[in-house]
Amino acid sequence: MTDISMQYLGMKLNGPIVVASTPLSESLDNIRHMEDAGASAVVLTSLFEEQLVLESRALDEDLSRGTNSFAESLNFLPEQSDYRMTHDGYLEHLRRAREAVRIPIMASLNGATSGGWVRFAKEMEEAGAQAIELNTFALVTDSRQTSAEIEQLLLELVEGVSKAVKIPVAVKLSQSFTSLPHLCAQLEEAGARGVVLFNRFYQPDFDIEALEVRPTLHFSTPSELLPRLHWAAILYGHLKGDIGITGGVHSAEDVLKAVMAGGSVAMIVSALHIHGIEHIGRVLADLKYWLEKHEYASLAETRGCLSRRSVPDTSPYDRGNYIKTLSSYSLRQTTAAF
Amino acid sequence: VAPEDCTGCGVCVEVCPVKNKSDASRKAINMMPQAPLREPERENWEFFLGLPEVQRAKLSHTQVKDIQLLQPLFEFSGACSGCGETPYIKLLTQLFGDRLYIANATGCSSIYGGNLPTTPYTLNAEGRGPTWSNSLFEDNAEFGFGMRVALDQQKAFAEMLVTRLAPAIGAELAADLVGAAQKTETEINAQRERVNALRAVLAGNGSSDANNLLAIADALVRKSVWILGGDGWAYDIGFGGLDHVLGSGKNVNVLVLDTGVYSNTGGQASKSTPRGAVAKFAASGKPNSRKDLAMEAVSYGSVYVAQVAMGSNDTHVVKAFQEAEAHDGPSIIIAYSSCIAHGYDLVHGLEQQKLAVQSGYWPLMRYNPVLREEGKNPFQLDSKAPAIRLKEYAYREARYTMLARSNPELAAKLLEEAQDDVEREWRVYSARAAMPGRGETPHIAPPEKPESKPEEKLAATAAGGEE
Repeated sequence: MTDISMQYLGMKLNGPIVVASTPLSESLDNIRHMEDAGASAVVLTSLFEEQLVLESRALDEDLSRGTNSFAESLNFLPEQSDYRMTHDGYLEHLRRAREAVRIPIMASLNGATSGGWVRFAKEMEEAGAQAIELNTFALVTDSRQTSAEIEQLLLELVEGVSKAVKIPVAVKLSQSFTSLPHLCAQLEEAGARGVVLFNRFYQPDFDIEALEVRPTLHFSTPSELLPRLHWAAILYGHLKGDIGITGGVHSAEDVLKAVMAGGSVAMIVSALHIHGIEHIGRVLADLKYWLEKHEYASLAETRGCLSRRSVPDTSPYDRGNYIKTLSSYSLRQTTAAF
Repeated sequence: VAPEDCTGCGVCVEVCPVKNKSDASRKAINMMPQAPLREPERENWEFFLGLPEVQRAKLSHTQVKDIQLLQPLFEFSGACSGCGETPYIKLLTQLFGDRLYIANATGCSSIYGGNLPTTPYTLNAEGRGPTWSNSLFEDNAEFGFGMRVALDQQKAFAEMLVTRLAPAIGAELAADLVGAAQKTETEINAQRERVNALRAVLAGNGSSDANNLLAIADALVRKSVWILGGDGWAYDIGFGGLDHVLGSGKNVNVLVLDTGVYSNTGGQASKSTPRGAVAKFAASGKPNSRKDLAMEAVSYGSVYVAQVAMGSNDTHVVKAFQEAEAHDGPSIIIAYSSCIAHGYDLVHGLEQQKLAVQSGYWPLMRYNPVLREEGKNPFQLDSKAPAIRLKEYAYREARYTMLARSNPELAAKLLEEAQDDVEREWRVYSARAAMPGRGETPHIAPPEKPESKPEEKLAATAAGGEE
């Protein structure tokens, strides 16, 4: 029997497939189903910085709207003694998820700046989270803000969270950094135990009839895996920590590619929305079949075998690849013309 | 826009569909700080007031865009910024304002409708406007009913006097004053001309009949009686009277401005409060469903009934108002009204009404007894089957979400039950609307028995005698 267990963030996982952050895991039944299907860990949905910071203010506004504005009535909604905020429900769900399954449950925090909200990382740890995935996403719209400032904010955030908790912290990154290797090295210094490549940028779409910009969300496609493989292959061997790959993982072949590029785990979500949670089982069966057929004793031994430092020809990972691809394309066009 | 009277709710900007072609953030109308605009806009406003009104006869009274050019006779009320009730009243005055009689239940609409010594109700250039009065909370339907009876009595008396004075008035004018049709606005205006002619003819008459007729000649022109109030009045405290008036057969129209709470007194639960919503006296969420007032009124068969929401379908609202007014009998319109007590920024009030309809919480319907006479099903369902779950509508309002925060388990249970309410109501409504013919086939009464023969009658009598 081929061993498919992997090490990730200091934890021994029974397989390479981690369920990335998805609303599916808001249901305990689904989390149990994920474990039964073979998921080796689950990342819960994210608590957002904005949500944590603004929620209580928004609630207060909603409840006090119209208060003291009319002589006939001083307020319009009865007062309650206590309100549970979203994070209270989140922590409760986290506790229940821990009790419901044996696989590790990771909590997720989504933000871009350090601040008071970082204390929720500690609360997640106390509620039983076995790791924290820090989903960082800063979309800069201010022309005065430099890339160096953005990276500094990110490092401060990671340092703040890493110091606040004892459990490992992984940083889920955006692809849009100028020098990922340098940034990742600094993230490790700030306390990160791993990086997750990459979060998916939900690009807004335009409604040209209504002249409106609308948020869109599409499921990932396997083609989105390629830039993640590329960067994992470049980073592998340069980092002490682990690499998780998320975005575009749909099949056993994708999982193998992720590990061969240097990833410790392949995170899956869109495929579960499309094919159902039981899809994990099919992917694992295919994975084991492939490993046995190719006489691998373990999945771990394939890790990084196609990373930049392991391949004899690094040109596909470097800029030279651009010229090569372009010229081969032109050649095909020219040949076809004759 | 009247710069000094705009309450700044932003609803007009939010709903405006026309955007600047080069800068989509700007619409045909935009919110700006008031102070710098006060002076120039005051001048613009004065200029606007000097423009002549568009002739009513040139406008379609069934098209929303035309109706917006009809002069409103309700303006600058003291209602909350973004109030969902006032647009219905404004529309009412645009359609029937110059012959409107309003009986107003105590509540929000009586406060902003009669913020004495001023009033938002006004007059047109001819000096005509709504007649408005407020009685008590519990007897408003009866109050409006009394207006109807008094108007009918005055009209009957005036018609009797016209007939008696026919030789002085002239046979043709007298006959027209009593018998001419007054269904359309043109016909009503023609009647007004006749009343003016009548006044001219009788000016020097001096008889007591002529003096009496001159005093009540206006009663010869058709009036439109509307009974207005909120759900606290219609569903709860005034319900007995409302039911009595709906059962009277009299030609009155009821407009229920339904916010789902006693808004004016600070948001106490009424029988219109939806299940799961928090309100005063229902701090743990209303445990049972909203009363279906529309179906209670439908049960009479002779009452015109409509359930409307302006934010979902404004044309439907106009249709309902027109049909209710035209119905020669009692009518009731139940109008979804966004309210500050719902706990959200009312700039989104119209959007929220749309979601209420899309979720099936507030199905749009009309029950028009006239269609029954035409052999058609009088029950018309005017909105589509639920396209979103109730939660997607409800959980945008603090009255629902505050329970989810204070007692999530109970909130989840009530939400599930409220979803069931929506689906149950939709099944009832859609089945009713889908009934063939007049909505009453197949006939279920047993066929009439043929009359018995004389000898059988005799036998029956004899048998009875033996006992």
